[in-house]
Amino acid sequence: MGHPIPLIFERSVPGRTGYSLPECDVPEVPVQQLLPAGQIRQEAPRLPQVSEGDVIRHYVNLSSLNHSVDTGFYPLGSCTMKYNPKVNETATRLPGFARLHPLVPERCAQGALELMYNLEQYLAEITGMDAVSLQPVAGAHGEYTGLKIIAAYHKARGDHKRTTVLVPDSAHGTNPASAAMVGMKIVEIKSDCHGCVCLEDLKAKVDDTVAALMLTNPNTLGLFDINIAEIAEIVHNAGGLLYYDGANANAILGKVRPGDTGFDVVHLNLHKTFSTPHGGGGPGSGPVGVKAQLIPYLPAPRVVKEGDQYRLDYNLPDSIGKVHSFYGNFGVNVRAYTYIRMMGGEGLERVSEDAVLNANYLQARLKGHYHLEYDRLCMHEFVLSGKLQKAHGVRTLDIAKRLLDFGVHPPTIYFPLIIDEAIMIEPTETEGKETLDYFIDVMLQIAREAKEDPEKVTQAPHTTPVSRLDEVGAARNPVLRWQP
Amino acid sequence: MNNQYLPNTPEQRRQMLEAIGVGSVEELFSYIPEKLRLNRPLNLPHPMAEARLMAHMEELAGRNEVGAVSFLGGGIYDHFSPAAIDHILTRSEFYTAYTPYQPEVSQGTLQAIFEYQTMICELTGADVANASLYDGATALAEAAIIALNTTRNSKILLAGTMHPWYRKVLDTYMADLDAQVAEIPAVDGRLDLDALAGMVDKDTAAILVQSPNFFGIIEDLPGIGKMLEGHKGLFVVCTDPISLGILEAPARLGADIVVGEGQSLGLAQSFGGPLLGFMGVTEKLTRRIPGRVVGETRDTQGRRGFVLTLQTREQHIRREKATSNICSNQALCALAASVYLSLMGPGGLREVARQSLLKAAYAREQLAQIPGVEVPHAGPWFKEFALKLPRPAAAVIDAMVDRGYYAGIDLGRFYPGMEDCLLVAVTEKRTREEIDGFRAALQEVLK
Repeated sequence: MGHPIPLIFERSVPGRTGYSLPECDVPEVPVQQLLPAGQIRQEAPRLPQVSEGDVIRHYVNLSSLNHSVDTGFYPLGSCTMKYNPKVNETATRLPGFARLHPLVPERCAQGALELMYNLEQYLAEITGMDAVSLQPVAGAHGEYTGLKIIAAYHKARGDHKRTTVLVPDSAHGTNPASAAMVGMKIVEIKSDCHGCVCLEDLKAKVDDTVAALMLTNPNTLGLFDINIAEIAEIVHNAGGLLYYDGANANAILGKVRPGDTGFDVVHLNLHKTFSTPHGGGGPGSGPVGVKAQLIPYLPAPRVVKEGDQYRLDYNLPDSIGKVHSFYGNFGVNVRAYTYIRMMGGEGLERVSEDAVLNANYLQARLKGHYHLEYDRLCMHEFVLSGKLQKAHGVRTLDIAKRLLDFGVHPPTIYFPLIIDEAIMIEPTETEGKETLDYFIDVMLQIAREAKEDPEKVTQAPHTTPVSRLDEVGAARNPVLRWQP
Repeated sequence: MNNQYLPNTPEQRRQMLEAIGVGSVEELFSYIPEKLRLNRPLNLPHPMAEARLMAHMEELAGRNEVGAVSFLGGGIYDHFSPAAIDHILTRSEFYTAYTPYQPEVSQGTLQAIFEYQTMICELTGADVANASLYDGATALAEAAIIALNTTRNSKILLAGTMHPWYRKVLDTYMADLDAQVAEIPAVDGRLDLDALAGMVDKDTAAILVQSPNFFGIIEDLPGIGKMLEGHKGLFVVCTDPISLGILEAPARLGADIVVGEGQSLGLAQSFGGPLLGFMGVTEKLTRRIPGRVVGETRDTQGRRGFVLTLQTREQHIRREKATSNICSNQALCALAASVYLSLMGPGGLREVARQSLLKAAYAREQLAQIPGVEVPHAGPWFKEFALKLPRPAAAVIDAMVDRGYYAGIDLGRFYPGMEDCLLVAVTEKRTREEIDGFRAALQEVLK
């Protein structure tokens, strides 16, 4: 693509239109008579003036500049870029879901409420929790909601000194950021030589100010923390609660449930584990599940079933309140419900088996060629280090960019922070062996190039719509909008 | 088992296990202590083949009533959404992509966000917009957080005419922070400016106002903005983007931060989600804005390109010091809004706003002629209005459903004492015939 696609504004031709609206069939009144004089718009917004054909061509051409799950392998660690089933899309667009206003009388939304109620039950069963709220709309939003619930629980018991959240040094950045938004202090816990929670450090830092420990298990290295029972005991004995970040839940479906390993609160990312699309950065859905003693604090309203009728219960005096305008990302939740009904329990267990099998296969085939810090069986993802290649002047960023030339989206890089030159690979279960073999071949070729022709790697990508972009310049002199 | 989403065959699985050097898939899970394992099948319904599943989904969807003529609003509106929007939203290259961390293969998403940011700036009059937030309510809460952090003050003055559920979300977000939220009282469905004048002082972090407000009334934004002159508190306006087709851009009336719900810009009602929180700020607040922001730059060959920028504000870099914890936002919804605004252009948006206003005006005039029905508020208003009925609104709404109309929202749900008030919204999609039918049905119900 030699020529960048013009901005939609640059396609604008004064007087051209892209809409059809009905004739105004009520009496015409000058708007000046109806609106306050000082608040009538003086200058029209400079929106593009384009035809429908212009708009479609513009956005279709833009779309062709994207890498996506539907166009190629996307082994982005911790993001679970699995295939997004098409039946999900069809189901959520059924008029009975898509055209439903959130404030219709409840008797007019029984299908939607039943779906929400049952999805909550399914997610509770999958995670080993006692109740679930679908209101949070993203992973970080789920973390925020879960921590609010934990804070409310401690306060309700008169335990006001619990103001710290323990977060491992390998945690996702949203963990500490969410804790800060509920007004908590963050204390970082070190990882041991397996990337797991260092028990000594945990024991040293746990005290009666701890509200919760936030943990991802398997952790961000793709390793199951085998000490989880002991970790839970340490935190619980100190009066704290255990929070499960469900970012990596794709590894454990039907195998182990957070609720059975001591966790009190979980969030799930339906846009990861439950096959709903990422949309280029949302919308997602981040339901929160809790153990029985925390149910009173769940966000309002809750869906309840009475006989064979469903209704929304707002009478929840101990609830943390609302975290969303309505009931969460319903349209995303319809997709996840569809997926769970398609897979059943047996299918979900196979999902995790294949996700873990695919990851271990890649790890086994790549580990001689890239440094593997923690050499043991992994779960659904694993983390390589680019430090062998660094010796040749090739950085992990360069390896990532070179992958683009082969039509592969790079893994997550430089995360977790505890691995030098980290390359975090999550193939997911929806890729066949031949895709994995192609990826292995490409990774081996890049490892060879790093030794023999490092410039080929450091100058990559060579075949993408644009080459490397000046990110420093973009931040230094921000141009954040088009100007005529 | 066979499954259409799981490609590996038994033979391929065997080859992979061999390469790993283990005898079975179960061995891969051997690190999980046995006593913690779930040693039973998940108790979930049996898998369904696609045809049966779709029949089930259609049955569920069919138990939601969506055929009634809708006069429902309260933050979600039945505006027209051109068919072209969904054709773009179903482009796999957009909806199955991740957050654009690798700009070389994400220029489609990045350029679309850059264009979206521009459109939000044009609509609101703001200098800078972000890539989207979850919804109008959390956008309002994030605006309040900006105000707290920027002014180092703690007093938030919140309009009593703000959407009641936005106020609830704000309460949730403010509860654990160093903030005191005080409600600005209303008279006649509009903020009491005299009362507000007595509330503003040097400790004010922000005034949060919705206009058009929950009752549809247009607040005196220039008047409210003036009250902060000489104070460091920020003026935050939550608005309806459709109204900005004919109403002045809030930032030109003194707003420091403009937020709102973008569902009206081509998004499905979808039982209240996914939605689109938009935010625009003045230039001096650029580095305070939460979430993703896309900037223009050049590649090594000098070609224009786009990247995520100012990332030192964000959680993946700053962790607990980030401006917000937001990571996933509502990118695809922002794309829908961009396509909508591109199709509508300045003329279409103005016409949508104008027709919504005129049809609402006609509806209010017609409905107010029904014996016993009164209009409780006098101020200037946009596409939504309250009606005082001679009976509790809840029962009237119920009876109207049976006649094929969603008559509106029972205001008693949100404002004690307003049990006999109905909130009616009218969009450009409603026809005179539908409005006349609504009047006839309501008259009959109230007889």
